[in-house]
Amino acid sequence: MTASTPEPARRKRLRISLSQERLAGLFWQIVVVGIAIAVVAWLWSNAAHNLSVRRISTGFAFLGREAGMPIADALLAYSPKNTYLRAFIVGLVNTLRIAVIGIVLATVLGTMIGIARLSSNWLLSRLAAVYVEVLRDLPLLLQLLFWYVLMQGLPAARAAWMPIDGVFLSNRGLILPSIPIDEGNLWVMAAAAAGLIASYVLNRRLIAQHLRDGQPRRLWPYALALVIGWPALVSWGLGASWTIAMPELRGFNFVGGWTLSPEYFALLVALVTYTSAFIAEIVRSGIQAVHRGQWDAAMALGLRRSFALRHIIMPQALRVIIPPMTSQYLNLTKNSSLAVAVGYQDIVSIANTTLNQTGQAIEAIALIMLVFLTISLGISLFMNWYNARIALVER
Amino acid sequence: MTSIADAPENPLPVGRSRSRRGRGGAIGWLRANLFSSIPSTVISLLLIFLLAKACVSLLQWGFWNAIWSVPDNQTGACRAIRGLGACWAVIPEKFRFILFGTYPFDQQWRPAVATLTFIALFFVSSRRNWWRKELVLVWGAALVAIGLLMWGGVFGLPYVSQDRWGGLPVTLILATFGLAFGFPLGIVVALGRRSKLPAIRSLCVLYVELIRGVPLISLLFMASVMFPLFMPDGVNIDKLLRAQIAFVLYAGAYLAEVIRGGLQAVPRGQHEAADALGLSYWKKNGLIILPQAIRHVIPPLVNTFIAFFKDTSLVLIIGIFDLLTTAKTAIIDPAWQSFSVEVYLFVGLIYFAFCFAMSRYSRRLEAQAGST
Repeated sequence: MTASTPEPARRKRLRISLSQERLAGLFWQIVVVGIAIAVVAWLWSNAAHNLSVRRISTGFAFLGREAGMPIADALLAYSPKNTYLRAFIVGLVNTLRIAVIGIVLATVLGTMIGIARLSSNWLLSRLAAVYVEVLRDLPLLLQLLFWYVLMQGLPAARAAWMPIDGVFLSNRGLILPSIPIDEGNLWVMAAAAAGLIASYVLNRRLIAQHLRDGQPRRLWPYALALVIGWPALVSWGLGASWTIAMPELRGFNFVGGWTLSPEYFALLVALVTYTSAFIAEIVRSGIQAVHRGQWDAAMALGLRRSFALRHIIMPQALRVIIPPMTSQYLNLTKNSSLAVAVGYQDIVSIANTTLNQTGQAIEAIALIMLVFLTISLGISLFMNWYNARIALVER
Repeated sequence: MTSIADAPENPLPVGRSRSRRGRGGAIGWLRANLFSSIPSTVISLLLIFLLAKACVSLLQWGFWNAIWSVPDNQTGACRAIRGLGACWAVIPEKFRFILFGTYPFDQQWRPAVATLTFIALFFVSSRRNWWRKELVLVWGAALVAIGLLMWGGVFGLPYVSQDRWGGLPVTLILATFGLAFGFPLGIVVALGRRSKLPAIRSLCVLYVELIRGVPLISLLFMASVMFPLFMPDGVNIDKLLRAQIAFVLYAGAYLAEVIRGGLQAVPRGQHEAADALGLSYWKKNGLIILPQAIRHVIPPLVNTFIAFFKDTSLVLIIGIFDLLTTAKTAIIDPAWQSFSVEVYLFVGLIYFAFCFAMSRYSRRLEAQAGST
């Protein structure tokens, strides 16, 4: 069909069929959205009716009332006389405490096991494979209950195990020595953080210079001075004290030191071991995804092994590793809500208690959703940013 | 990630260990795979030492010091060796309750047959040469048969209401029905998410992200606490069915994401060719796009099935009697209270058998896909 011989009838039909398609699309959208709105409206009217029958007022006013629920494992100051809002915040802190520490430990353990699976030592790689297979094929909740039962089966505080001096393991949980923090200690920590940032900036400078003139430069003497020497100087100048508070057995319990409750410890162990099995597989497949030729090329250029691993293999492996790693971090955070099964009071557990006490089911569930959607979004944003940073730069 | 720096001396050992295998003999193999260098030798010796120690104490606990049976509920002997030896006597005592819950004792052959039907169904569905349309009919027939067996009330079987169901059949029912209904839902949502119509697309995105964004427990709480609020007066849906609905919605969202990945892998040309043949939207997707898309994602689908199977254990928290809940309940009995480890190991073995079979299967499929 060319422009010089137009066929009006055919063209017209084409136009009609196009608009028909658009019309059909519009029609279906209206139908589907209409059904969705109708269902939601129907559910909502039922809920409104049921709530009015049960004399439950909707809204978040209940957050200001006295909670009356004890929280055993509160990091913030809390008593049952505090409000529901305070209880929710304590629960949120508990969720973050398990999620953040769990993510860090699971990453370290999972990376180690993933590398062990690739070891040329047959025994090591077999053991790592068995670890991964067993932990992945058992439900997390079963593992959690198992660890919790083992914790409860530990000896009482009087007969606590002491694997290292000052570290006690008993049915009261894990008790570690702690360092009392005062103002001087905080300044020293601030100095160490500043040193860390300074050495990061210096590292970028040195790499830029290296790229410019091809002369490698050493970072570690400066980094050592900035991260260790400078805080040590500050500590000496301020006269900060670094006494270690050893836990002591008095009566039936420990005094001093830093206590991880059995609930928290069981949950942490279960989450870390379970997630590390998945992370190990991700790390293994990430490293294997880097083509062997990359390694050979680096050797042919005469680069040192550690240098090649750090600057050639890992950056490419990380590109494969990061996206599935993000979803593992999200899984760990969501799985931390299994806390309710062993009685560690995270946000879901607190919301559940609130719901049973006040009947504010919709609000409690909405708060859970809000918290988890925010955390998920936060982790996704951070990992996407990191992913974009390490992504392949096409030239 | 600095621990990567002290990685094994060869991060890609596959090629090298194969080339080393040539020397032959057991000693050659040992030298190549366990004692190839000084660090490797140190690691091997350390691991052999730790492994031997762990094996000895496990064997001592599990076999040599274990008690296999006790006269009726006299667990004193078991308690005397607690921590030193296992009390396996708890398993023969409780296994009927763990497997079938409070189902009437003399009728427990029915859940047993239902469980075997489920296993046969999984086996039949796993065979590639039986992937035909008739399989849908087989599934329909099997699920109806299982329903008849469990409920009864016909063919002279006494009726058993579902709050007496428990144990392994409940786990299998939650998982299987969740997947059987979640899968079509997932397909529709995945198609909806790739639709050109903005309203439908955003509804699907909203559904998937909301479900995936929150923990499964909160969905189960919703099903057990909030669901009755949203129903009109007089409508009372059973707890098991409510949990089942939550599982269908949950499975639908996760499966939709996997299937969407498969849809993205189908080349554009397939769409264009189908359009050129004048096929309708449903015919195009049903006959051309989806078969290819699903074939692409079978291994991740099986992995999702495994995760889903494990996740059914979460109903423990809302008090539905699945396999894990019956295990936990079995040891409430004061005589057997302190032998939870044994019971959890037993239940763990059952879960492991199912998940391990599935993961082996997924790996075989992956290998097949890789070789063709």
